[in-house]
Amino acid sequence: MQAPQSTVDPSEIAKFEAMAAEWWDENGKFKPLHMLNPCRLDYITSQIAGEFDRDLTQPTPFKGLRILDIGCGGGLLAEPMARLGADVVGADAAERNIPVARIHAEQSGLQIDYRHTTAEALAEAGEQFDAVLNMEVVEHVASPIDYLIACRKLLKPGGLHVCSTLNRNPKSYVMAIIGAEHVMRWLPKGTHEWSKFITPDELFDLLRDAGLDPVDRKGFVFNPVSWSWKLSDRDLSVNYVTASVKPA
Amino acid sequence: MTPKVATQARMDNPPQLAIFRAMSSDCDILIVGGGLNGPALALALAEVGQRVTVIDALPLKRRKSSGFDGRSYAMALTSTRLLQGIGVWDDLVGDAQPMLDIKVTDGRAGEGPSPFFMHFDHAEIEEGPMGYMVEDRHLRPVLLDALKKHKGIKQLSGETVVSQETDATGVTVTLASGKALRGKLLVGCDGRGSGTATRAGITRTGWDYGQTALVCAVEHERPHHGIAHQFFMPPGPLAILPLTGNRSSIVWSETHDNARQINAMSVEDYLSVLRPRFGSFLGGFSLAGERFTYPLSLSLANSLVAPRIALVGDAAHGVHPIAGQGLNAGVRDVAALAEVLTDALRRGEDIGAAAVLTRYQTWRRFDNTTLALATDTFNRLFSNDNPVLRTLRDVGMGIVGNMPSLRRAFIREAAGLTGDLPRLLKGQKL
Repeated sequence: MQAPQSTVDPSEIAKFEAMAAEWWDENGKFKPLHMLNPCRLDYITSQIAGEFDRDLTQPTPFKGLRILDIGCGGGLLAEPMARLGADVVGADAAERNIPVARIHAEQSGLQIDYRHTTAEALAEAGEQFDAVLNMEVVEHVASPIDYLIACRKLLKPGGLHVCSTLNRNPKSYVMAIIGAEHVMRWLPKGTHEWSKFITPDELFDLLRDAGLDPVDRKGFVFNPVSWSWKLSDRDLSVNYVTASVKPA
Repeated sequence: MTPKVATQARMDNPPQLAIFRAMSSDCDILIVGGGLNGPALALALAEVGQRVTVIDALPLKRRKSSGFDGRSYAMALTSTRLLQGIGVWDDLVGDAQPMLDIKVTDGRAGEGPSPFFMHFDHAEIEEGPMGYMVEDRHLRPVLLDALKKHKGIKQLSGETVVSQETDATGVTVTLASGKALRGKLLVGCDGRGSGTATRAGITRTGWDYGQTALVCAVEHERPHHGIAHQFFMPPGPLAILPLTGNRSSIVWSETHDNARQINAMSVEDYLSVLRPRFGSFLGGFSLAGERFTYPLSLSLANSLVAPRIALVGDAAHGVHPIAGQGLNAGVRDVAALAEVLTDALRRGEDIGAAAVLTRYQTWRRFDNTTLALATDTFNRLFSNDNPVLRTLRDVGMGIVGNMPSLRRAFIREAAGLTGDLPRLLKGQKL
């Protein structure tokens, strides 16, 4: 695969390289995301494989699929999707993430279309995708319903929307706000606003209101003994993920 | 296992190597060490679509020479499942001797066994034999032939690695011939003196046991009925492991000085030293193959991984061969690493990323350290004529021997059926 030409100002490259190294350091600032990543990828890959009848044991199983990663950050989801053969667009509202993600993709020999833009702007421009990855974003947006409608517009008929967020209950307050931000300091204080968390039933209602058919939901559960995350059918009490489909 | 004879790297098959040179610019995984673990890992990974290059310092012809040299392996049931999974077991099973029964006895030379002994019979578990005795002369060529046949695998024989360099996206290995090879991950299967580990700056912890293992194979008059025997005697343990026909593999240990003297003896004198230890239950016996000695030492790598590098087998953990667990531990490494990498591939992860390799280390580290300490403790406890320890051992054996559930637990352990088993050791596909 031919690496894309970088369009980054050369004087800025060293800075962005350092930031890319920071994004991809699994013991650094983004450690919690790295720890959650295999679990998120297990869910995303199995949902995409199921929806589009792809065999994950084959090389480049997502060949021919166009995938959008919203809130791509340093490319922690976009790169695996590209490695699996998908045609990937990574969008982030934070401008500084874009050159960082581009540089890392280039280093990895992957071709990924990173853009400083939003879901709404992409929908406006008429972009269409087979799958939209909407991971840990919806709890940060001003109007979840408008945002989810934009996600639906971005999908081709029959397209798959994977959306993860945080549940709103006393346990999630203790775990995600007190635990993750204050005790473990995994996340900077103020990263999350508990009142913006959404219960799984509320999210299913929002998805339906946005014109999507919810088809699956699972919990991401942290096991402090193995110090790793696992998917759970039953425990959606803190972190959880959903799959929904745009009617054909 | 150390090669018997040191050899100069020479070109075994120059025309073939020239073809490799042209093709070897790009692969996914580089494996250094073409003994047993290296080829097994290569086959497992090639099956899931990875392009693998196996580099070994010895020419292929020498590695494949299939005369019986007395070396054999007590492979746990789970290890044979891996061989099945990588498609070589059918070619081996005809020459493998099932281990149906293990008898453990505390004995003193010339005195016969103590009245207490442990007896583990495979009939107590449902999975079948606890394992198989497989001879090196069969295992090695079968693995190397399978490598040769697999389209996804390249073999570079008679090539020594002189340097390795890792960066954000891969690892480059330079060979003595000047050729450079690049992959995403480098796996060191190069034994307890692992150059791969040294070059990666991985240090080792270990100690000498003050003992040397003497290894040979014997032909005996009476059948062994598939029973493996382990005698614990003051100078060190002695194992009699059943091979096909009326043959057994003998492993015993002595102090370095004694071992050196015994190994230097004529065949007749050697047998006269072995005879009282061996006992008479298999009738008269004679040597069937060469004799070997291995100084016993523990050598653990302080890390199983480094950026874009993983260690497997003795390169990661050289243990006391007291219970024949060295190769089995290596096979567990192979199965665990193959599974971690396969799962990472299917998620689209970078297989050489530290986050991925750490999963392998976390999985294997506990098991390996436990095994090293257990075999070490076992050896210290049993290689002793202290009357207190001897009584404790006998009482302990009596207890285990009389408690079916505890006995079954030992049998399952010997068969490799305990712990968090990788899929290949459960007989499942990757």
